[in-house]
Amino acid sequence: MKKITIILFLSIFFSVAANAGSDGANVLSKNKPESVKDCFESVNRGIFGFNQFLDNVIFEPVARGYRYIPSPIRIGTGNAVSNLSILITVPNNLLQGNIKEAGVNTLRFVVNTTVGILGIFDPAAAFGFEKKEKEDYGQTLGAWGVGPGCYLILPVLGPSTVRDTVGTVATFVGGDPWYNVTTRNDTSYFKESDYYGTRITGGIDYRAKNIDSFDSLEQNSIDFYASIRSLYLQDRQQKILNSKKITDTMDDSDWEEIESN
Amino acid sequence: MNLRNYLIRVSLILFISFSFTEKSLSVEPDQFIQSIADEASKVLISNISKEQKTEKLKSIALKSVDIKGIGLYSLGSHRKNLSDDEKEKYSELFKKYFLKSFSSRLSNYTDPKINVISMEKLNDKYTIVSSILVATKKTPEVKIDWRVYTKNSSKPLIRDLIIEGLSIARTQKEEFNSVIQSNDGDINSLFTNLTEFINNN
Repeated sequence: MKKITIILFLSIFFSVAANAGSDGANVLSKNKPESVKDCFESVNRGIFGFNQFLDNVIFEPVARGYRYIPSPIRIGTGNAVSNLSILITVPNNLLQGNIKEAGVNTLRFVVNTTVGILGIFDPAAAFGFEKKEKEDYGQTLGAWGVGPGCYLILPVLGPSTVRDTVGTVATFVGGDPWYNVTTRNDTSYFKESDYYGTRITGGIDYRAKNIDSFDSLEQNSIDFYASIRSLYLQDRQQKILNSKKITDTMDDSDWEEIESN
Repeated sequence: MNLRNYLIRVSLILFISFSFTEKSLSVEPDQFIQSIADEASKVLISNISKEQKTEKLKSIALKSVDIKGIGLYSLGSHRKNLSDDEKEKYSELFKKYFLKSFSSRLSNYTDPKINVISMEKLNDKYTIVSSILVATKKTPEVKIDWRVYTKNSSKPLIRDLIIEGLSIARTQKEEFNSVIQSNDGDINSLFTNLTEFINNN
């Protein structure tokens, strides 16, 4: 474990060094899906197969069962889990210099946790504090100009990159207040099971919302692994750029050559 | 009327007719997408068998999607290494693959309502049309952008769907590249995979 941590640290160090002084265009080009190498593809494919097995045996059946729960309960559960993720989003808003988003998200968390009963309801939106995009430490590193490094598939957790894995590690070493108060620090108010319970529920909620999309993608792919890799990397590119404008992340170079009529 | 006047009049009439025809035949990309989406929606809610729906969806795709263009794009840099025979074989396979995949994906929706909200012209060849797939009790609202090929303004064609920022064509290109790369660059491996998909699914 120590060795892996050192390798990850060195990888990220060299990425930072190589990207010092990057600007917005550089951030975009560094995060282009096609520029991310799948250095450990055979290992990744093995872990991907294992994850699919777990999904088929555990997650998908549970998610299908979860869909039988009445819709208002599922929506409330999804809201509550999403509310907890604000605790990771706020520090990342600040690290990316987005003070306004940090303020709105903090108010959303306070209002929804209290008035909204532990985040089950979303009264903050009614007060004008609209829902903002989630942010994590991988996105912050990307926004700072850190390259993604190699593409990885993590057991159970799924697609990632070296940079995003470091971001995930950051949440477990003090970057996630919810993890800190439930698991990392000894508090009398919460238990470890509270943390893992919310994480697992969040995963099932996400899986249940995307059952049809995943099924359709799997049925219509000739290489499901490659499809997931492409979609994950495109999604991360867009999130790191923090842009809703679709033309910001499009690459027209290949399209320009295509003449079919 | 002398010959000079006659030629001027004829030229003027031809010019006006041509301008009028060009303008009247050109189709705005946003209207094109809205009409295609409405047509597909009508098919999906109609009271006909799944097979009939599939056939109707395929005919909509054939007239509104640039299948050949998407196929060439999906090959990425490999398209430059193909012989004419291989290109022809690939185009045929891709068309069958696309129509099967397209109708299969779309038939999952029972009552899709798509509202076009805006469009952005990138250049003379491309316009991006933005739309929303309206939320239902079961599914959330989904943002869908359409890359419309407008080189022939009277016959615009869809070249890509970008769902919540994720390009379907780009995903397809990277998927095909992965298949070819993992078989030492052999294009026949892609042909085999496409054939299997067409025959098996």
